[in-house]
Amino acid sequence: MDPVASAVRLAVQEAVHILSSSEDGGHIISTLQSLRRYLGETETQAPPEEQEEFSRTHFSTILRCLVGKLSPDWLDLLPDGQLEELWASFFLEGPADQAFLVLMESIEGAASPSFRLMKMARLLARFLSAGRMAAVMEGQCGQQAGPASRLLQETLLTRVVGLPDHLGNRLQRETLAAFFPQNYFPLLGEEVLRVLQAVVDSLRGGLDCSVSFLSQVLGKACVHGRQKEILGVLVPRLTVLTQGNCLWQRVCWRLVECVPDRAMEAVLKGLVEAAPGPEVLSRLLGNLVTKSKKAQFVMTQKLLFLQYSCSMPMLQSLLGYLAMDSQRRPLLVQALKELLETWGSSSAIRHTPLEQQRYVSKALLICLTHLGEAELRASRDELLASLMEGVKSRLDSSLPPVRRLGMIVAEVASARLHPEGPPLKFQYEEDELTREMLALAVPRPAADGPSEAGPPVAPVSGESPDQETVDSGGPQAGWEGSDSELDSDDELVPYDMSGDGEQRGSKTPAYVRDCLEALTASEDWERWEAALRALEGLVLKSPAATREVSLELAKVLLHLEEKTAVAGFERLRQRALVAVTVTDPARVAEYLAVQFYALNYSLRQRMDILDVLALAAQELSRPGRLGRAAQRGSPGPGSQPSGAAVPAWKAVVEERVRCKTRRFCKGSTGRAAAAGPNEFNAVAGYFFFPLLQRFDRPVVTFDLLGDDQLVLGRLAHTLGALMYLAVNTAVAVPMGKALLEFVWALRFHGDAYVRRGLLSAVSSVLLSVPAEWLLADLLDELLEARSWLADVAEQDADEDCRLLAVKALLLLEKLRDRLLPLSSP
Amino acid sequence: MAQAGTTHPGPCQMMRTCEHMAAPVPNPQFVLRGARSAVHALHFCHGAQGHPLLLSGSLRGLVHVWSLQTRRPLAALDGHGGQCVTWLHTLPQGPQLLSQGRDLQLCVWDLAEGRNAVVDAVHLESVGFCRASVLAEGPQRWMLAVPGRGSDEVQVLELPSKTSVSCLKPEAGARLGMPMCLQLWQAESSPRPLLLAGYEDGSLALWDVSARKVCSRVACHSEPVMALALDPRRARGVSGSAEKVLAVWSLEGQQALQVRGTHELINPGIADLKIRPDSKILATAGWDHRVRVFQWRTMKPLAMLAFHSATVHCVAFNTTGLLAAGSGDQRISVWSLYPPT
Repeated sequence: MDPVASAVRLAVQEAVHILSSSEDGGHIISTLQSLRRYLGETETQAPPEEQEEFSRTHFSTILRCLVGKLSPDWLDLLPDGQLEELWASFFLEGPADQAFLVLMESIEGAASPSFRLMKMARLLARFLSAGRMAAVMEGQCGQQAGPASRLLQETLLTRVVGLPDHLGNRLQRETLAAFFPQNYFPLLGEEVLRVLQAVVDSLRGGLDCSVSFLSQVLGKACVHGRQKEILGVLVPRLTVLTQGNCLWQRVCWRLVECVPDRAMEAVLKGLVEAAPGPEVLSRLLGNLVTKSKKAQFVMTQKLLFLQYSCSMPMLQSLLGYLAMDSQRRPLLVQALKELLETWGSSSAIRHTPLEQQRYVSKALLICLTHLGEAELRASRDELLASLMEGVKSRLDSSLPPVRRLGMIVAEVASARLHPEGPPLKFQYEEDELTREMLALAVPRPAADGPSEAGPPVAPVSGESPDQETVDSGGPQAGWEGSDSELDSDDELVPYDMSGDGEQRGSKTPAYVRDCLEALTASEDWERWEAALRALEGLVLKSPAATREVSLELAKVLLHLEEKTAVAGFERLRQRALVAVTVTDPARVAEYLAVQFYALNYSLRQRMDILDVLALAAQELSRPGRLGRAAQRGSPGPGSQPSGAAVPAWKAVVEERVRCKTRRFCKGSTGRAAAAGPNEFNAVAGYFFFPLLQRFDRPVVTFDLLGDDQLVLGRLAHTLGALMYLAVNTAVAVPMGKALLEFVWALRFHGDAYVRRGLLSAVSSVLLSVPAEWLLADLLDELLEARSWLADVAEQDADEDCRLLAVKALLLLEKLRDRLLPLSSP
Repeated sequence: MAQAGTTHPGPCQMMRTCEHMAAPVPNPQFVLRGARSAVHALHFCHGAQGHPLLLSGSLRGLVHVWSLQTRRPLAALDGHGGQCVTWLHTLPQGPQLLSQGRDLQLCVWDLAEGRNAVVDAVHLESVGFCRASVLAEGPQRWMLAVPGRGSDEVQVLELPSKTSVSCLKPEAGARLGMPMCLQLWQAESSPRPLLLAGYEDGSLALWDVSARKVCSRVACHSEPVMALALDPRRARGVSGSAEKVLAVWSLEGQQALQVRGTHELINPGIADLKIRPDSKILATAGWDHRVRVFQWRTMKPLAMLAFHSATVHCVAFNTTGLLAAGSGDQRISVWSLYPPT
C-alpha cells in the first residue's frame, strides 16, 4: 500500500472519529485545523501528494461528516461562531465540485423545514456569491472525458442548471433571492464568462482546454427557457470581447458548436434574439451553419418556415448572418428559393395563418435585399417561375390582405429579378403593413454604426408652373394695399359657401321616364350624366311612375357601363338601383336574384346584384322608413330657396311654445321612433330564395363552386345579411332552415372568405329565428352546426373564422341558457 | 369672427371660417321680372325727384327703367332696333342716358321730366361685345371710349361734339386682338386721361390717351379679358376672363401695370365684375349662373349667390350698397349684402 495514502487515511479516520464523538470545542477546533492542512492555504501545508490524495478520496467523506454534525448545540461549543466559520471554510475553499455536490445532496436530504436546511441553503448562497460556481465549471474544462467523469459531469450539469428548481422545491416560500431564476441565471452567465476568460488564458499559455461542459450548461439553461437571462449577460460581453480578437472568436464558435443537438435550437434562437445585428451574430457563430447539420436546419428551416415568432430585427440578423460570408451565401439562395416556393404555394396560402404568410413575405423581401445581381441571375428562371405561380394564386385569393401581400412582394421581387423589364405596378392602398414591407425591401446600410441616415427629405412640392401673370410678390402680399385708411374695414363674415361646386349642365331630366330614355339612347354625355345623378331622387319622389318602368330601369342600370369618367359612377348606379328595388321590391328583387345566375354577366355585375339586394333589404327593414320617405317626398318645386327655411321656422315656433309653457311633470323628451311594420316582411322571400336555388349548378361563365369563390363568399355574406334583416318576419323560419342547409353543404370549403360568410350566416340564423322555432324545427341542424362550429373555433387556420365561430357558439350558449329555466321546473 | 388685425387669413383658415359660420346665404331682396329677354346691361341712377331707378338693357333691344320703390317698370325705351343693348350709363349732368347697342348705335337719351327720346346718336364702327367707357372732363364735356374701325383699335371721342380725340392702335406686330373691355380714368394728380383696355389675347394695356401710346402692358390671362374693374383710390383693379381665374393688378405710380396675384375660381367664365363704390366688396357675374362676392381688400370669398338659372351677364352696385344682377333667365335679382356703414 502506498505510504502516503495510508498516512492520509489514518489521519482522516482519526479526525472523523474525534468529530463524531467529541464534545470538547477546543479539541474539535484543533482537529479541523489539522485537516485544513490538506486544503492548503495555511502556514503549515501538507505535502502536495498528500493534499491530492485527500481531495480525491477523503474530502467528500469529511464534508458529509461535517454536515452530519451540524446542529445548534454543536456550533455553540465555541463562542462567536468560530466553529461555524471554520466549518464553512471547508465548503468554500476545498475542491469546488465535491463541495457543490455535497451541498446539493445535503439540501435534498435535509428534512424541511429545519435548522440544517436553512444553514446549508445560506452556505450555498455564500458559495455562489464567492464565485465558486466558476471553479466548479472550470474544473470540468481541463479534464478528458472518461466514463466515470462523464457520469460526474452529467450529475453536475443537472445540479448546476437545475439549482433554482431544486432549491425552490426544497425551501418553498423560504427560498433565498440568490436562487430566483432571474438572479441565478445572470450569475451563471457571469461565471461562464469567467471560465471562458480562464480558458482563453490557458490557451494562450499553450494548454489544451475543452469548453464542452460550458456548452452543455448553456444548452441546458436555454432548453429550460432561460435564454434571456443567461444570454442577456453573455452576448453583450462576448460582443465586445470578440471584436478583433481571433482567439475569443474561436472559443466562442467552439462554445456554440459543442452545444448538444437537442439544445441547439434554443441556443441559436436566443443568440439571434440577443445579438444586436448580423455582424455580431457572425462573430459569435462563425460558419456554424456549414459545420453543424442541426444548426443549419434550425437557421434555414425552422426559424423561417416552421415558426413565425421571430421579430423583424431577429429576422434581419438571421438573414444578414447568412449573407455575410461566401460559404453561407449558397444557403441564403437556397432559403430564398424555398421561401418563394412556400410563398407561392396555393396550399400554403389556403392553410397557413395570415400572420405566417406575412412573416414569410417579409423574410422574402429581406432575402432579396441581401442577394446580389449575379446570384439572382443564376437562378432567375426558377425564381421567376415560382414567383409568377405565387402571384397568380395570391391574386386569386378572396382575402384582401393575401392579395395585397401578393402585390407588394411581386412588385419588389420582379424589380429585383428582372430589373431590365418594365416595372410591375399594382394599385393598393398604403397602410402600416405596406410601408413596413416596402421599408424592408430597401437595403440596409452595411455597418451597424450609428450613421443611420435620416428618412429622405420629401421633395419640396413642386410649385405650380409659373403663369406669366404671377409676379414674384405672391398673391397674399399683393392683396394687402398700402393705403391703410382704406383698409380699416372690419373683416367681413362670409356666408355659408358649402353649396359651391362645379357647375353641372342644365340638362337634368325631370321625370323618371326621361332618365330612362337619356340613359339608354342619349349620345349627349352631359345629359346622360345628369340623368344618372338625378335618378335616385326622382325614383324616391315618384314611386308610382317608377313602378311602371321598374323592371326596365333595373335592367338598364344593371347593364349600364361607365362610358365617361363620371366621378362616383359606381355609387350613383348602386344608389339608383337600390332606390328602384326599394320602390318595387317584389318584382325588381326577384328579377335581380334570377339574373344573378344568368349567363352573360361579369363577376362585377353579379357582386353588384348582391350588394344592391342587401342594401335594399336594409332600407326596407329600417324602422321608421315610411315617415321619413313621406317627408322627403313632400317639398314642392325644388328650386325655391325658401324650402330650407321651413325647419328653422318650425324650430323657432317650438322654442317659443316651450318657453311659454309650464310643465308640471316631464315625460320622456326624446321622440320615440315611429313604430311600423317591417316592410321587408312581405318581400323577403323574393330576395332570398332565388339566390339559393342554383348555386351548385355551374354555367359556362359562372362556376360558384369552382373558380368564382369570391362571389360565393359574397353570396354567403349577403344571405347572412338578408337573414339578419328578416328578423321578426314570418318567413324567417323557412329561410333559416334553407340557409342552414346551404351552410351545411359548403362547410368544408377551402376558402377562408367563404367560411367567414358561412359562419356569419349561422350567427344571423341564430339571431333572427325565434328560439322556440329553432328548437322545434331546426334542432338537428343546430346540433350538427354546433359540433362543426366547435371544430372551426379550435382548428381553423384563419383567425377571423375562429372568432366568428366562437361568436356563433356564444349565441348558441345564450339560446340554451334562455331555454333552460323554461324547461327545468 | 375674431381675427388678429394684421394677419391675413390663409386659405385653410378661410375654409374653417366658412364651416363655422354656416350662416345661410340670404335670399334676394327682390326680383324684377318682365324684361322678357336676357338682361345684358344694368345701371343704377337717380330719377327726377331723386327716386332711385334701375336701368336694364335686354337682348331684344329694350331698355327698361325700373323704380326701386314700386319695383315695377316705369318705361321701356326702344331705340336699338331689336338688337342687344350691351352698355348703359347716365351722365352726371342732368338725366342723360347713354345706351350702347349692337345695332352700331350709341344713343343719348333725354329722360328729364318724363321724356324718353333719343336726342343724339353716335355711330359705332365695331359690332363686338366690347362695352364703352365714359369720363367726365368738365361740365358738359365728356370723353367716350368705344371700339374703333380697325379690329384692334379703340376710338376716343369727345361728347357732345362727337369729335375724335384720338385713335389708339397698338403697334404693328403686337397681336393683341380685339379690345374686349375698356375703362377711362383720370388720376386726380394728373391732367392726362388714361385708358385701361383688356384685349382678346388676355393682356391688359394702359394707354396714355393724349400721347396715344401704351404706357404699360401686362399679360394677365390666357383667354380674352371679359371684364375689368378699377378701384382708383387704391390704384388697383381686377379683371376676369373666360378662364377660371381672377387677376388682381395695380398701377404703380399710375404708369406701370403690375399683376399682384390671381384668385382661382371654381367654374370658368366671368361676364362682368364691379367693385362697390365704397371699395369694400367685389361682385362677379359668372357664366356658371352664380354671382360671387369677395372682400375686395383681401379677395376673401364672402358669398356665392346661386339664384339664377342661366348665365349672369351683368352686375351693378349703387351708392346705398344694393347689388343687382341680370341674367339670361330674364330676371334681375337685387341683393343687399354687407350694407355700408
